[in-house]
Amino acid sequence: MNARNIVYRHSRATRIMHWINALSVLLVLMSGLQIFNAHPRLHWGKFGADADPTLMQIGAMRGSDNRLAGVVLLGHAKLTTTGVLGVSADASGAPSVRAFPRWATIPSFQDLASGRRWHFFFAWILVINSFIYLLVSLISRHVQRDLLPARGELSFRHFFQEICDHARLKFPRGEAARRYNLLQKLSYLFVIFILGPLMLATGLTMSPGIDAAVHWLPDLFGGRQSARTLHFIAAVLITLFVVVHLLMVLLAGPFNEIRSMITGRYTLPAEKSR
Amino acid sequence: MTAHVWTRRQMLLRSGLAFGGMLLPGCDRLNQAPAFKHLLGSAEGLTMSAQRLLLPRQKLATEFTAADLSPVFRSNGSSRPDTEVYQQILADNFASWNLRVDGLVARPLGLSLAALRAMPSRTQITRHDCVEGWSAIGQWTGVPLGDVLSLAQLHPQTRYIVLHCADRLWQGAGLYYESIDLIDAYHPQTLLAYALNGKALPVANGAPLRLRVERQLGYKQAKYIMRIEAVSDLRNVQGGKGGFWEDLGGYEWYAGI
Repeated sequence: MNARNIVYRHSRATRIMHWINALSVLLVLMSGLQIFNAHPRLHWGKFGADADPTLMQIGAMRGSDNRLAGVVLLGHAKLTTTGVLGVSADASGAPSVRAFPRWATIPSFQDLASGRRWHFFFAWILVINSFIYLLVSLISRHVQRDLLPARGELSFRHFFQEICDHARLKFPRGEAARRYNLLQKLSYLFVIFILGPLMLATGLTMSPGIDAAVHWLPDLFGGRQSARTLHFIAAVLITLFVVVHLLMVLLAGPFNEIRSMITGRYTLPAEKSR
Repeated sequence: MTAHVWTRRQMLLRSGLAFGGMLLPGCDRLNQAPAFKHLLGSAEGLTMSAQRLLLPRQKLATEFTAADLSPVFRSNGSSRPDTEVYQQILADNFASWNLRVDGLVARPLGLSLAALRAMPSRTQITRHDCVEGWSAIGQWTGVPLGDVLSLAQLHPQTRYIVLHCADRLWQGAGLYYESIDLIDAYHPQTLLAYALNGKALPVANGAPLRLRVERQLGYKQAKYIMRIEAVSDLRNVQGGKGGFWEDLGGYEWYAGI
């Protein structure tokens, strides 16, 4: 491998903000599940409490053998999820009733007040960090240069080609690996410009103070409970993004990829000899 | 003898597992550390300042129509207080109940339910948001708290209004209480409510009188109110943090989110 193949991939600003972002996303997600556990039901509309219909709910039932079973009710479907959702092991290993299991929540035990403290603290960090990222990336033209699809990329043919390449785990090599590929660009743009703002806006809509200041905010989403449901769905999508993102890091060469996000240096994968 | 050399993949996997293994107990331990708790709590001040900046003092919370009412207005916390004092006032259907207004006031008051009902009232259909995440929409009728405070004439050093209640959430707990500042106390939608959905306030929802402070969460909406106290400082009231859940569980005193 020669030195020419090493490129400076990520600016220092991107790297620092990436890791602040990674940590705060993880913590808001896990503390968010703690908050969800306090009312493990999703409704649609302006109101929704225990007596009202749900789109989804996580609960526990006693089976015919009198054992606790975790269940997820999704519309008319009923899924048994014992061990993970509804019923999972407590600190001593005994089955206990809770929507998301202890390994997925912060703190691990049921404590809504603490969950809220973690959530709002790291939500502030996340929002401030994201805002600075956007500002820096627009000024440095990182967004325009690296994230917006180039003119030639936006053809159906190219898009289809990339989907096929991804499905066969064929990643760009040589010069092509200098840039993000189209699917990468589109998913980053989707997370940064759609999911992020949606998360923030639906989160703020759950605040009675903000709703009093901005009356149209709940109406935008069809009511406070709809906003809460959308907040949850967006969190699921962000989690999926993170899972795929980590999978891609592993598949594309974890050492090289992680190094590039720490030191900035990235080794371009050599072209395959034909 | 061959030394075991970790491949990069193994190393990554191991460090990933180690990170996951440290994260949870680490977070639990941090969660119990007073200094870290304090750090996390600093976001509350930021939230309150941001909301107070965005939210004009007199700006009303959204009011809904009768078509938006929740079929069942969920009761939470106490739904039938078993304290002796509450059993007494419940026994005669609140005829002996008398709202005390005291503390830093020029004219301490004692108001019967009939006296409160005779005062000018406000009716509003608003959304109640519980800290747990659920919402219910109900129609409230009551006396604006500001009117009662004006009647009692607050001393200029008053900063907070404390609501003392008749319920305790479990054996051994202190009596429920809550507090708000004067901005919320004089907000036009802040009511001492005696009716829900056009009927006398049910016991489950706080009879005979509960607070409505519409721009904050449910635990601020004190039920079973016995006494209103004007104070300059919350430190000397019960646990000192301005409310039952604030003292006990670390909930935010400003519950605007």
